[in-house]
Amino acid sequence: MENKDIYDDISSIKTIMERSVRFISLSGLSGVLAGVYSLIGAGIAYVLIPHYSLITSTNYKVRTDEFYNHPYIAMGLNLILFGVAVSVLILSLVTAILLSARKARRNHQSVWNQSSRALANAGLLPLLTGGCFAFILYVQHHYGIIAPVCLVFYGLALVAASKFTYGDVKWLGLLEIMLGLLSLMQPGYGLYFWALGFGVLHILYGAIMYFKYDRVNA
Amino acid sequence: MLTLNNFDKAFENRIRLQVMSVLVANESYDFNSLKELLATTDGNLASHLKALEKGEYISVIKSFLGRKPNTRYKATEKGITAFKKHLEALENLIKQQKG
Repeated sequence: MENKDIYDDISSIKTIMERSVRFISLSGLSGVLAGVYSLIGAGIAYVLIPHYSLITSTNYKVRTDEFYNHPYIAMGLNLILFGVAVSVLILSLVTAILLSARKARRNHQSVWNQSSRALANAGLLPLLTGGCFAFILYVQHHYGIIAPVCLVFYGLALVAASKFTYGDVKWLGLLEIMLGLLSLMQPGYGLYFWALGFGVLHILYGAIMYFKYDRVNA
Repeated sequence: MLTLNNFDKAFENRIRLQVMSVLVANESYDFNSLKELLATTDGNLASHLKALEKGEYISVIKSFLGRKPNTRYKATEKGITAFKKHLEALENLIKQQKG
């Protein structure tokens, strides 16, 4: 057996094993776009909240308590904010799937293969649990801790999913969890942490991934 | 002299070696995903899978996903042991050449 053959065999074993487990067509650009959607969503929320506010108190607790107890506002504004958050989530997921499918075509992979199924399986459980958790908080009027809960569960989903795609996703997940916990310690600033975690971090992460992986393949 | 004793004939072919690598790293893998990953044709992959199956290195699980047949492959104990031995043999060969 030739020397070169052995090294070829070993390197092909290594790459194939790696690629059989990890989904490598996850698009970096979709991370940037998800960040942009989140910032727009956060911007809408930021504009809406003071606009509807009837109370001028700078004390967040007093202002929000009275503000949310106002029957019309409690219904209407919460629904709008809820709609904005859900739209951002759906738009981000659709973008991620479409752009990853495009990248997969370039890599001659299908977007729905064994590794992407494993990725979805691992990520969906924490994500859906977090979604239900946030929805229950919303129904029970614990508005202040919805943003931290979203960040923490999203981070957990990323860490769980990172085994089946680029390892870098794990770091994004850990940062989201840390940000969520910090946010929990700073009540009243949920929207800022939300914008930082879902907006700024996604844009930074997406840009890094884009330059690290996408451009080389393009 | 280089010893080739532990080299498994079944893994002389690159595709078969790659199939085993995938099945050792994953609990099981389906035919289409394997085909895509290894960039081979249906016929080529099927013949190598048959050979591995004959040697009892892999087992086949046939099921249906809705109406579509879904064929999955799993590495057997024998297959995993043989693969490990083959890797060790490769390793030894490299050591011998360096030493």
